[in-house]
Amino acid sequence: MTNHWIDIQYSDCILIMGSNAAANHPISFKYVTKAMEKGAKLISVDPRFTQTSSKADIYAALRSGSDIAFLGGMIKYILDNNLIQEKYVKYYTNASFLVDTGFKMPGDNNGVFSGLKDGAYDKSTWKFQTDAQGVVKKDPSLKDPNCVFQLLKKHYSRYNLDLVSKITGTPQDDLLKVYKEYAKTGEVGKAGTIMYAMGWTQHTVGVQNIRTMAIIQLLLGNMGVAGGGVNALRGEANVQGSTDHALLFHILPGYLQTPTASLPTLAAYNEKNTPQTREPKSLNWWSNKPKYMASLIRAFYGMNATLEEAYGYLPKLDDGETYSWLDIFDEMYKGKFTGFFSWGQNPACSGASSNKTREAMTKLDWLVNVNIFDSETGNYWRGPGMDPTKIKTEVFSLPCSASIEKEGSISNSGRWMQWRYKAVNSPGDAIPDGDIITELFYRVRDLYEKEGGPLAEAINKMTWDYGSKGPDGKVRHLDAHAIAKEINGYFLEDKEINGKLYKKGELVPSFAFLQDDGSTSSGNWLYCNSYTEKGNMAARRGKKDESGIGLYPEWSWCWPVNRRIIYNGASVDPETGVPWDKEHPVIMWDGSKWVGDVPDGVAAPGAGRPPFIMKPHGVGSIYGPGLKEGPFPEHYEPLECPIEKNLMSPQYVNPVIKRFDIDGTDMDQRATCDPRFPFVCSTYRVSEHWQTGLMTRWCPWLAEMQPGMFVEMSVELAKLRGITNGEHVVVKSVRGEVDCVAIVTERFKPFNIDGQIVHQVGIPWHYGWVTTAMRKFVHGDKKPEVFTFGDAANLLTPFIGDANTMIPESKAFMVNVEKKGVK
Amino acid sequence: MSEKVKLYDATKCTACRGCQLACKQWNTLPARQTYNRGSYQNPPDLQPNTWMLIRFQEISNGNGGVKWIYRKDACMHCTDAACVKVCPSGALFYTKYGTVGLDEEKCIGCKECMFACPFEVPKYDRETDKIAKCDMCYSRVDNDMIPACVKACPTGALMFGDKDEMVKIAYSRVKELGGDANVYGDKFVSGTHMIYVLPEKPAVYDRLPEKPRVPLTIIAWKDWLKPLSLLAAGGVLVGSFFHYLIHGPKDTSGGDQANQGGGE
Repeated sequence: MTNHWIDIQYSDCILIMGSNAAANHPISFKYVTKAMEKGAKLISVDPRFTQTSSKADIYAALRSGSDIAFLGGMIKYILDNNLIQEKYVKYYTNASFLVDTGFKMPGDNNGVFSGLKDGAYDKSTWKFQTDAQGVVKKDPSLKDPNCVFQLLKKHYSRYNLDLVSKITGTPQDDLLKVYKEYAKTGEVGKAGTIMYAMGWTQHTVGVQNIRTMAIIQLLLGNMGVAGGGVNALRGEANVQGSTDHALLFHILPGYLQTPTASLPTLAAYNEKNTPQTREPKSLNWWSNKPKYMASLIRAFYGMNATLEEAYGYLPKLDDGETYSWLDIFDEMYKGKFTGFFSWGQNPACSGASSNKTREAMTKLDWLVNVNIFDSETGNYWRGPGMDPTKIKTEVFSLPCSASIEKEGSISNSGRWMQWRYKAVNSPGDAIPDGDIITELFYRVRDLYEKEGGPLAEAINKMTWDYGSKGPDGKVRHLDAHAIAKEINGYFLEDKEINGKLYKKGELVPSFAFLQDDGSTSSGNWLYCNSYTEKGNMAARRGKKDESGIGLYPEWSWCWPVNRRIIYNGASVDPETGVPWDKEHPVIMWDGSKWVGDVPDGVAAPGAGRPPFIMKPHGVGSIYGPGLKEGPFPEHYEPLECPIEKNLMSPQYVNPVIKRFDIDGTDMDQRATCDPRFPFVCSTYRVSEHWQTGLMTRWCPWLAEMQPGMFVEMSVELAKLRGITNGEHVVVKSVRGEVDCVAIVTERFKPFNIDGQIVHQVGIPWHYGWVTTAMRKFVHGDKKPEVFTFGDAANLLTPFIGDANTMIPESKAFMVNVEKKGVK
Repeated sequence: MSEKVKLYDATKCTACRGCQLACKQWNTLPARQTYNRGSYQNPPDLQPNTWMLIRFQEISNGNGGVKWIYRKDACMHCTDAACVKVCPSGALFYTKYGTVGLDEEKCIGCKECMFACPFEVPKYDRETDKIAKCDMCYSRVDNDMIPACVKACPTGALMFGDKDEMVKIAYSRVKELGGDANVYGDKFVSGTHMIYVLPEKPAVYDRLPEKPRVPLTIIAWKDWLKPLSLLAAGGVLVGSFFHYLIHGPKDTSGGDQANQGGGE
């Protein structure tokens, strides 16, 4: 979230799209409801009429996978009716930037941007025009045909109501209702927010879905203001934290790029990855990247190696290769792995195309399953269709502590790092994950010391000062405070900064003090300021709020530097510094300084410093040449879809996705526009269960409320297939099948896609075949009262990911639904 | 002690069912095996182990679309409570908050209340031979805490407070909502202590009586005939006394268990 949960209540219009927040983020509705009490409008856009839709002022149905068309139509509506927040667009976005004259757009180029070759773009024509000094050429009047604003207009002129309606299946009236209501937030002082979740990300065009909305938010002046922003509702309690700390392969902690093999030195890395700008007034905050990288390396290796040496130890990616979840299981399926740690996850159910995932694990020599409950992953070898006598994998199950059995922090969607305390001891042999990792680290290090091996220094020189040590010099129990302090960072030598001396061993006050010379460490520069000499900021529970807009600056801590609304420099008029929304100011100039939230990079009012300091040129990117598919989002059909062609252009699907179905294995089947699988299917969650249900299926009260796998379908589809409500059915895709109970509902309606009737169904993904019903109980065991039914929805999902992130597409694919026992 | 009311504003309910779970947790009610029968609603009805549940219902929006409406079903805590009226053992009683409490110790499992309740709330538990129902978290309320369901509600759909205040809030909310919105509960059985703000007319909702009332037969029996019967019983006593005076004590050596368990 650029904003935070409490802030939703200050919105004038809340768009919930790609999310069923009422069911899946129930607490968010505390603030949605508050906003509505104050007169805010709620819009729900979803293929299915959900619990969220049931509370909405406006509901519009769209076919899964057509979000860019839907939102592209909104951009056209905003531009056609001149509803942009003009000053905001002129000063705070790159609307006025001139783009290379060789740049071509999909409307004139067969559905793709200029430069496409062999499934990837040469982006040379996507760049901005610059003058002799390298400064970007601009047309403040926004009239130049090559300026971003005019290109945007031209690109989305194709997204007319008629065509959008044909692609999305949304009636034109409904489109207009949504566009009209949301576009009202373009008025100065009004704020609109978007709440989205996996309904947007889990697509082959996931990042571009969000980009489209980001463009809308910039056009309407909704970034940086209270009640605005682009707000990702995270699907896990700590998914924000794990992303910040480099859960993903392409980034190191703090969103620093993972080194690649073509960048052998730290100097080369910095040269390549540190953005430059010639814009005289831009702060270009990422120009500090070398400081953050040096401090990160120091956090890893301390003074045990020079910065260059230690950079050499870091793993390097091969250029152009991806190392995502999909790649890992693809390689595993091909037999390229001998062992696998499945840590706090359940890939046998959570992985796209679960049959492939389960099959992939049969190729392993060993599997370590670290979890708090038994899982389909730990038991895959005796799962449906498996023959245990033919499976070689040795499986180790390590019980670990649950979140309430250990101390630490989680970072929520609003970027708050919140400290949590241990409440109870772990049962049985369970120990915290950190202690398991510590043990593993020492064992691996001992092996390297004894036997040597390639890049042994990468392990042997690593620091591990995470708690009190025993006589053998090894940490006995991981101390969460020691980790949190390392994440914040230390001065590693005495350092004078701005006339003040910081002593060796002191915690760094904030990332502005981090150095590129190796004199500071920081495990994650974004979190520098979270644990300082003043104490553990995340443990704060102050309830003071002088802001009047629910910032609560003394409650926990928020990255970056406790700034609760990022890009808040854009919440004021660029010339006068007066807040756009005087009732809900995020920051205000008191004559000598900014008061309110921690100001985001703004200089004195009228100084002309552009507020989007994380962008090299300081402005929001309406034109975003950084992504794989192009600078403007363009509608492409999902890999599997019900129509034969993309009505928008000759380019059927996203041209730059990694196509496992073409180059991949026998398990990577695709069935698009295939009469055997005529219905669109989407996966989703219910309030009562969590992820693959590992933490909830065992909880009798939750199992009682949602006892098993179901499929929701329209009355029309049920009639077509002769299915009655509550009947047992089978949902099949080309990759697998799953038994479900039919919920026949008015909440799904068939779509009219260019004259063709298209049905959509939906299934939850919380179930799995392991239940306690089948377990042998020893004397004294507490027997479970309630069981759940059904297997994983992901048995059906395709093995395909977003071009930028490789997040699997589980929201749009094709299935069939049959009565059980009928062929 | 002032009368307390739990206000359920269905227009703010998202059916997240935090209340349904909190109820089970506070009251340590076990789960029972359920099956999906084509609905999110589960358990399908109130049970001895389920004192409240959210009912899900789909209705037409009159415009080709659908509305998904929810209702929190649990004891309404009537002021003129049929269950209290019929309870022969005093297990069901009015608390000092105006709600209807249940003293399980006193319950004799006669099921009179089940047939009397216009909302079909009390449920009989065969295993314990007792009745079970929501007691508006008497154990919490009496310790200055709000009911568990209210505590769990994230949206403000559930509120708890003094009757006058809650009724006032309900009416101002209905005024704000307009249309078919209505307050349900304060106008019958001398006023319930769970009050609804409903976006639709009561007749639209499943299992919700439009004009709930204490059944006439019960009024006839308890309010009119019972005093008479007491008079009659008095007559019997007086008669017995004279009988005793005249004929002396009865020989009880044969044993007399006939009245045990024969409550009705």
